[in-house]
Amino acid sequence: MSNFLDRLFSKQPSSATKAKERLQLVLINDRTAITPKALENLKDDLLEVISRYIEIDSEAVQIDLTRKGRQQRLIADVPIAGPQKRRY
Amino acid sequence: MAAKIITITSGKGGVGKTTATANIGAALAKNGNKVACIDADIGLRNLDVVLGLENRIVYDLVDAVEGRCRLRQAMIRDKHIPGLFLIPSAQTRDKTAVSPSDMVRICDELRPDLDWILIDSPAGIERGFRNAIAPADEIIIITNPEISAVRDADRIIGLIEAEEKGPGQLIINRLDFKMVQQKNMISADDVVDLLAIELLGIVPEDKEVIISTNQGVPISTDDSSLAGRAFCNIARRLEGETVPFLDLEGSKGLLKRFTSIFGSGGN
Repeated sequence: MSNFLDRLFSKQPSSATKAKERLQLVLINDRTAITPKALENLKDDLLEVISRYIEIDSEAVQIDLTRKGRQQRLIADVPIAGPQKRRY
Repeated sequence: MAAKIITITSGKGGVGKTTATANIGAALAKNGNKVACIDADIGLRNLDVVLGLENRIVYDLVDAVEGRCRLRQAMIRDKHIPGLFLIPSAQTRDKTAVSPSDMVRICDELRPDLDWILIDSPAGIERGFRNAIAPADEIIIITNPEISAVRDADRIIGLIEAEEKGPGQLIINRLDFKMVQQKNMISADDVVDLLAIELLGIVPEDKEVIISTNQGVPISTDDSSLAGRAFCNIARRLEGETVPFLDLEGSKGLLKRFTSIFGSGGN
């Protein structure tokens, strides 16, 4: 019963949720053979190249590996530092 | 007749490949099919004991491959389940005794006289696994709702796709429905979502499996147990029938549901 109450009132994710989240990351790494460290390096290089051509908001850049079915995708969301930002 | 060849594999050991092979084989035979189960785990023979045929082995797969007997002589007929045959693995040899092309040759020879050939793959991704998938028309990947088993299943699916044999169909074995309800076990939906292949069946955790294995009688020979029924359903799906997945949650009355909520912390 105490376990049940602990779970009811705790903000901790359940162990099943935790397992699924861990698996999601592990499977993406296994399938693409890209380590989190390599992804970090890729992100740095990508930002450098893009910055040569356009001004970007490098703090807000998001680069992630995601999956759709058994296919992996590299999604890069790169906000361009627009004129409205310059105004301030 | 031209048999369909199905290989049962998993990557990780101990998830239920041999149990599944024996039970699906028995269920298919019970439905009137002629079925041969081949144990491709050379050096670690086990399908014989799960089927209760260990005392009747004279020749094995390696004897047939190396020509010490005719293939027929290595086929053990199950006396209790008409139509079911076992080709046992060799216990005293290593996995290099058989090659993928040997397996293809053996299966080609068997194919005309049977409806189904089920191949029990060894764990791992080496020679034994390559042997087991070489002749397969279809591959079944079996896993448990558990991190390491799902990860290995994903790796196997990748290898099968690379061999252009994939993506295969999935069996989730030993699902403990109560633990899923308590959110302490990955659900079948989540496993399917992660692996992204077609689901062939869900086999619930069931102590009856151990009891029937102790006796050397596949649990699918009668469908009084949940696991037995799940294996029978898998066999029917392989035969092309549309069978709904077991409703493991259903048939609970309000009172039972109520007590199960309040009893959940205690055990």
